[in-house]
Amino acid sequence: MLSTTTADETDLVQLLTPEGVRVEHPEYEFTGSDEEIAGHLRDMVLGRRLDTEATALQRQGELGLWASLLGQEAAQVGSARALGPNDVVFPTYREHAVALCMGVDPIDLLGLFRGVDMGGWDAEATRFRFYTLVIGAQTLHACGYAMALERDGLVGNGTKEEDAAVVAYFGDGATSQGDVNEAFVFASSYNAPVVFFCQNNQWAISEPMSRQSRIPLYKRSLGFGFPGVRVDGNDVLAVRAVTERALERARNGGGPSLIEAFTYRMGAHTTSDDPSKYRLADELETWRLRDPIERVRALLRTSGSVGESFFCDLETEADDLAADLRRRCLQLQAPGLGSMFGNVYGEQTEYLAAQQQAYAEYADSFEMEAGAR
Amino acid sequence: MTTLTMAKALNAGLRRALEADPKVLLCGEDIGKLGGVFRITEGLQKDFGEHRVIDSPLAESGIVGTAVGMAMRGYRPVVEIQFDGFVFPAYDQIVTQVAKLRFRTQGRQSLPVVIRIPFGGGIGAVEHHSESPEAYFSHTPGLKVVTCSNPSDAYWMIQQSIASDDPIIFLEPKRRYHDKGEVDVDATPLPLHQATVAREGTDVTLLAYGPMVRTCLDAAAAAEEEGRSLEVVDLRTLSPIDTATVVRSVQKTGRAVVVHEAQQNLGLGAELSARITEHCFYSLEAPVLRVAGYDMPYPPSRVEDEYLPDLDRVLDAVDRSLAH
Repeated sequence: MLSTTTADETDLVQLLTPEGVRVEHPEYEFTGSDEEIAGHLRDMVLGRRLDTEATALQRQGELGLWASLLGQEAAQVGSARALGPNDVVFPTYREHAVALCMGVDPIDLLGLFRGVDMGGWDAEATRFRFYTLVIGAQTLHACGYAMALERDGLVGNGTKEEDAAVVAYFGDGATSQGDVNEAFVFASSYNAPVVFFCQNNQWAISEPMSRQSRIPLYKRSLGFGFPGVRVDGNDVLAVRAVTERALERARNGGGPSLIEAFTYRMGAHTTSDDPSKYRLADELETWRLRDPIERVRALLRTSGSVGESFFCDLETEADDLAADLRRRCLQLQAPGLGSMFGNVYGEQTEYLAAQQQAYAEYADSFEMEAGAR
Repeated sequence: MTTLTMAKALNAGLRRALEADPKVLLCGEDIGKLGGVFRITEGLQKDFGEHRVIDSPLAESGIVGTAVGMAMRGYRPVVEIQFDGFVFPAYDQIVTQVAKLRFRTQGRQSLPVVIRIPFGGGIGAVEHHSESPEAYFSHTPGLKVVTCSNPSDAYWMIQQSIASDDPIIFLEPKRRYHDKGEVDVDATPLPLHQATVAREGTDVTLLAYGPMVRTCLDAAAAAEEEGRSLEVVDLRTLSPIDTATVVRSVQKTGRAVVVHEAQQNLGLGAELSARITEHCFYSLEAPVLRVAGYDMPYPPSRVEDEYLPDLDRVLDAVDRSLAH
């Protein structure tokens, strides 16, 4: 029986052990400074704090739903911090820490889950495209976008300032979708500059990884004709190193690749889910020992490269972010249906314009009634 | 003025769009060297290169999904679905992504994608090659759906669709591909989302689109010999429907017969009938009648002539309308 749910050490790229000890790998290394590592810790802590606050907001009825990233901070931050200045991200609906790294205002992430919009950020300016709830659909968009980059002459020019690539995020469940497999085919066929970044968090709602694949996911890419690598998804240094390499290859015209970030969904699929019905608490405990944040804290404490005040300041910053997020979330109002008729078409149809007017008149009739009373 | 088949007119329209805007790309199965199974894109890859006329892998969802990504970067992809019955693997991308993206982004993201689909029967094809899926797409907010009935409209409407910032389902009546007609490449075309009166008449309005326009014109010519004056409205645009042109005609004649190949239940005829009732209630001399495909899967080709609306079925409905 092939093992899909445990990462054996021979095929897992790891540069920082769960205990916080840096280790060497024959192919990959993290060359950043301790300052950068501290920066990655900051990103992960802020990402987790955002996530915790959003979960609390959902529990208090302020959000309709929340998809938690808990446990996946290193996979998200490590990959996001590997991006070059022109690289573009196509997320699922769980990449909140990637969004933070790319400069998306966290309040904009909540609109979708509060039910006031369907994604409010500027996808052009942030290079962080919109959340996609249809599993795997965005991998094709990413692939098409990458094909367009190539047509724009932005691949293989040899400069990081000019060249660009695309990262398509998806989960282990998505690898069973036709769209993801078609994206693999298209990317391979056209040698498109796209990095397929799979966060294998072991669970697709209640279905374990073994229901999706009988071979390790990163090996799937070989069948499509491009390389795949499995990285410790809870090791931010390794994720960064592996993603940097894949992006560089894509930008240089080397084509697509697949990264399987081996991680774990510490929380529920979403706030509507109850993992106690389908998985054992033991499993959670095992993964708790591999926490992506604690190992970086341990590393920085041991090396002594940042003072204790750094950790205190970071906690304060995270709490401030959460308080600000909460304050602004409570102020988020739905814009009203009347404003949405104009968003369906570029050139409005007479038919819909007539419905808009009828709706407005109908709505106004209540105000007139109230005014007359 | 030149005489062209609809296939050649579409080819000329695509060529002109490719010349006019370097952001226009064509993508689909077999559209390169082969020129498409109906040769609509013949010679275009040779003249515009493999980067602009792209032979795609055999995956419809992939074709549409990658077109979405290209459009997000400012391209104007025109994709070809080889046959009507093969659009369904792409249905998810079309309905959940293409149709909704502008709405989901509060109007920020335009998606100028044209999805060309040869549609309809009457060519003796095997199953899945003769279907009329227009109602599925017309029912979906965010999409616009058009269809041409003659070479001149084919030439102009494909260019107008490519120029549109809204995603367009462009339905090509494949059994009319080889019909010839005059095309004036210097004319000022009708706006894309406008119907036209293809033949004027006074007694009954026939409402048709795509392949059935020819059928209705033939029926009107036959009816004239019996002293009946039928008006034929070519809808051209199925979403949005040009209600005004329909209403003007039916208010004049007082009678309407809708004709389409697609199965009757919840088809375009149902919507047209509802709108006519809303707007022409006091002008109507008879209920709106429908001549459509029967509510079964498209039948084997040896019996398609019995399934498809033809001149006799149209005239039978005209008789029933006039009998009221």
